[in-house]
Amino acid sequence: MSSPAAPGRVVIVGASLAGLRAAETLRREGFRGELTLIGDEPHEPYDRPPLSKQVLAGRASPAHTALVRAPDLEATWLLGEPAAALDPHTRTVTLAGGREIGYDRLLIATGTRARPWPAAEEAALDGVFTLRGRDDAERLRAALAAGPRRVLVIGGGFTGSEIASVCRELGLPVTLAERGPAPLSGALGAAAGSVAARMQRAHGVDLRANTTVMALEGDGSGRLRAAYLSDGDVVEVDVAVVALGAVRNTEWLAGSGLAADARGVVCDAACRAFDADAVVTDDVYVAGDVARWPHPHYDGLLLAVEHWDNAVRQAETAAANLLREPPAPLRPHRGLPAFWSYQFGVNIKSVGLPTIADEVVVTQGAVADGRFVAAYGRQGRTVAAVAVDSPRWLPAYAGFVAANLPFPPDLHASDAPDPLRPVPAGLALDDRATHSPTAAVTGDGPTASDRSTHRDPRSPLTAPPL
Amino acid sequence: MTDTLFAQVLDEASRADPYPLYAQLRRTPVSRQGENLYAASTYRAVTALLHDPRISSDERKSRTGAGALAASGRLIEDGDERRPGFIFLDPPEHDRLRAVVMRQFTPHRIRLLGRHVETLVDELLDRRAGQTTLDVVDDLAYPLPVTVICELLGVPREDEPRFHVWATALARTLDPPEGMSEEEVARAVSAAAELRAYLVELAGQRAAHPRPDLLSGLLTDASGDRMNPPEIIATMALLLIAGHETTVNLITNGMLTLLRNPEALALLRERPDLITPALEEVLRYDPPVQFRTRTTLTDVELDGVTVPAGANVALLLASASRDPERFPQADRYEPLRQDNQHLGFGGGIHYCVGAPLARIEARVALGALVRRLESPRLAADPPPYRQSASLRGPRHLVVEAARVT
Amino acid sequence: MRVLVDLNRCLSYGQCVFAAPSVFRFHGAESLEYDYAPGRALAEEVRHAAAACPVQAITYAEEPSGE
Repeated sequence: MSSPAAPGRVVIVGASLAGLRAAETLRREGFRGELTLIGDEPHEPYDRPPLSKQVLAGRASPAHTALVRAPDLEATWLLGEPAAALDPHTRTVTLAGGREIGYDRLLIATGTRARPWPAAEEAALDGVFTLRGRDDAERLRAALAAGPRRVLVIGGGFTGSEIASVCRELGLPVTLAERGPAPLSGALGAAAGSVAARMQRAHGVDLRANTTVMALEGDGSGRLRAAYLSDGDVVEVDVAVVALGAVRNTEWLAGSGLAADARGVVCDAACRAFDADAVVTDDVYVAGDVARWPHPHYDGLLLAVEHWDNAVRQAETAAANLLREPPAPLRPHRGLPAFWSYQFGVNIKSVGLPTIADEVVVTQGAVADGRFVAAYGRQGRTVAAVAVDSPRWLPAYAGFVAANLPFPPDLHASDAPDPLRPVPAGLALDDRATHSPTAAVTGDGPTASDRSTHRDPRSPLTAPPL
Repeated sequence: MTDTLFAQVLDEASRADPYPLYAQLRRTPVSRQGENLYAASTYRAVTALLHDPRISSDERKSRTGAGALAASGRLIEDGDERRPGFIFLDPPEHDRLRAVVMRQFTPHRIRLLGRHVETLVDELLDRRAGQTTLDVVDDLAYPLPVTVICELLGVPREDEPRFHVWATALARTLDPPEGMSEEEVARAVSAAAELRAYLVELAGQRAAHPRPDLLSGLLTDASGDRMNPPEIIATMALLLIAGHETTVNLITNGMLTLLRNPEALALLRERPDLITPALEEVLRYDPPVQFRTRTTLTDVELDGVTVPAGANVALLLASASRDPERFPQADRYEPLRQDNQHLGFGGGIHYCVGAPLARIEARVALGALVRRLESPRLAADPPPYRQSASLRGPRHLVVEAARVT
Repeated sequence: MRVLVDLNRCLSYGQCVFAAPSVFRFHGAESLEYDYAPGRALAEEVRHAAAACPVQAITYAEEPSGE
């Protein structure tokens, strides 16, 4: 059973989008052995994107976002208990309750969780929320439906901005505090962020850019009462949503010998995990938000991508490779990162990696009309594009990025601004945004120095100093 | 010089089966097919160009635009009130006009029309009940969409014989000018003028007495981006022609395909609900719009070929949907095909506005033909074809049956 | 039944909104929203919507799978 060929038992740790899609791929590709999925939440796999949108707005029930799944999965679901340890030598996963699960091949898809508010006693106040799972969404939805005097959103990334948008739809006063120069600036840069800032203000958001939350204060009964901002203001709020990005669920891999740390689990482009000596394993695979891998399009730098599309495609690639029997070739995971959001009534779609850009240019439409496409460039080549209420152009831009079209791209589009005006993208290398970008280059591959320091080269801590 | 492959596609001799020519064209994804004329033939190349902002739908931007363009009313002179229809325009003008049309083209309105489609189909086929022959074109595929588009737009059905002639003459101008005789150009020129005069008069009537139709809706639209009168006339002309010249081919091509594939026909008799995927497969396998011609706004490099600025590029939608690199068994009609991301209605910002209506009409019409023709067979295979290469379909499709029920 | 749209593939062509207006709708001009768990009575409309999607982004399951 130690033969890498034809595994009898496959265990998938992580029972969300990536885990489910991997399981379906395994069955579709002919795997007939034992299949086990381990998930920390008690729920069957559900879709997360609607949680910060229609679910929060009360247009959909959180219980009604279950993912469509193949009817004939024939898997064992171990839900409601997280994995606590991995021993790759004995090929054993240990659950939090002590139960041991053996495998022949393992797929790690443990994803991320919401980064908590760093001050535990403040985080425990009644009225302080994070939003990652279905239960979080139900609690926050109920709190918003109760009609709070004001909502404070801490962090102006995509999730925070979407929450602020829902608050305004519900007619709730909302203050958004963003450490960086503008909302979305961590993911799309300060130039695009200034557009997002105007949009938020036009929709009545009390936007505080370059502002951090110093402290959250409760009343005598432990209920959130006020927030102290770094601009000196004290805002009276009943609800605060901590939207400071995500933390990767890798703690359970401590001691496993895999190249896993706060930045994720390192794997190769075929989704095979690296051990801490940078030796690739042949029985442990990684997919989804928790993975870091060298993307061939980005000079082999390790990419971490928290996007829905990446979870699906990386899971499919990992599962296919997991079953592969030599000499069949390994499939590389090399699609371009892509994501969508909608907020304040507009659709935002992106392809490529805006976070590495040095310049940005509007190539089609007009910012003032709320419909435009912007291309991002790095050292004279096009590396990403963002379409605002213009989704049908984006496939072409994916082609431009894949082809390394010179930047600014010479499109002569009929609705191009004349002349094109590239501006600095405003993606600060020190990443001053309060939240982490949802797709980013996370440094070089595993090295001895990584093992010794376990440092996170992105923002040291997303929350402000208290 | 021998004819290029695309010239052969335009030749009427190829009308019944252009697909072998497309297969030859796909050997070179983007190829030069004439003076200032290129063809994109593979799925990858066609889909890339459909979404490419360097590609224009406004043939006035072509280096060699004249000829048929004048006929279609698309080539306009300064001060002329005529406008191209929005499918011949680029953003931002296109986007505004299309958005105005889409405000009228609501799911609710389409749903109401859809219910009427079922009644119309029954009525049309009732006229042939008990007979043993039926011309799919004359008895159903032509009168159905014409009646529906007239109802939608607010054009009196009894005027149909007049604009039938105009629509046919104008649809011909969608083929590249190389394929048209001077006589045809002249016919199209006068058709454009007569259609325009007709619509101006009709608009005058609706402006005075609005009705619950699209023309009245456009005329009474009070929003900031509403169409001006010349834009309304151009839009009406476009929708009227499109409603005449496309759905008829979808229904007829569909029935022809089913008659040539008896297993598929038998399957649909047993499982009428499968008409939905079966229709999508018609849109892939034998689409009513075979190609659309676009113009490059700058040099565009694709698959190793640089198409120079101002060139005409034929996007061979029908060829792309038969690309074996994208569709397994591409030359087979498979009514249960999965992953059928065909280009039957185009793609990108110009995706067919009428697609929802066309789907309803074709689904109901084909469903009824399958149900009501007992032991049908083709009277002639191939059937005679209409002239147009781009809006391609049989002129008649006579079916012999044991009985029309 | 269950419905899932790959909103990454989705280019907001809106064909599903025409085919099944009580399941799919636009929130704003270009943002698709939909019911993940429509009633069985809507199954035919959902099938039409999935077939009509120009980018084949819609998947559905007629029966919620239980394991």
